[in-house]
Amino acid sequence: MSYKVTEEGEISIVHLDGEIDMDVTEKAKEVIMPLIEAKKEVHLNLKEVQYMDSSGISVLIESHQKATELGTKVILKDISKSVLKVIMMAKLEQILNLG
Amino acid sequence: MNNLAQISEQRDFVVSSSSLKDVRSFSREVFEKVNIDQDLKDELVLAIAEAAQNIVKHAYQGEDTEDKMEIKISLSNGNLEIGFFDKGRPVEKDKIRHRKIDDIKPGGLGTFFIQQIMDAVVFKEGEKPWINHLILSKKIDY
Repeated sequence: MSYKVTEEGEISIVHLDGEIDMDVTEKAKEVIMPLIEAKKEVHLNLKEVQYMDSSGISVLIESHQKATELGTKVILKDISKSVLKVIMMAKLEQILNLG
Repeated sequence: MNNLAQISEQRDFVVSSSSLKDVRSFSREVFEKVNIDQDLKDELVLAIAEAAQNIVKHAYQGEDTEDKMEIKISLSNGNLEIGFFDKGRPVEKDKIRHRKIDDIKPGGLGTFFIQQIMDAVVFKEGEKPWINHLILSKKIDY
């Protein structure tokens, strides 16, 4: 997994790339969580994520819940087909913010 | 791409989260030989990777080890069987359950995915030298 973070005003955009599994979830959280804790609105661009497993889904849930707790939000953008399928398999399409 | 009636391939992997990408590569290589829908291939790769992840997380509780797990993918007459063998802690079958799907919290989804994708999930005591033997099976039309 690789990533790039860009800023647009109060919005932090995190572009994730590659495969997100248990081996990289800590790295993903290290990138995303500080932005949420800084009360930024975070957009996760998932266009280039070719694979995500339950560990990756856990990062999305944790990020969403932390953002809600802190009064901000995480929005999932340009979700790749394979990631959307896993989100739907987990029945989270109504829970997470899909933008 | 062949439309083989029978496949039987196995490979060993070090029990580590860093092996999961190799598990996926192996699974993809095997399913490339079968004329089935790409979506189904992706689901099967996910189920296999989730089961391997469970060995790392639960049978070994994330501890560093040099132990290997073995994954065997067999397809015969439309019956797909995927065997997982490990030498970790014995699986307590009664404790294996996915979280309630409407109880939204991180974790506990891997087993749910496996059950969604596969027709049957069976835990057996492994024959020596193995401790655990998990069998995932699914009827495949191809």
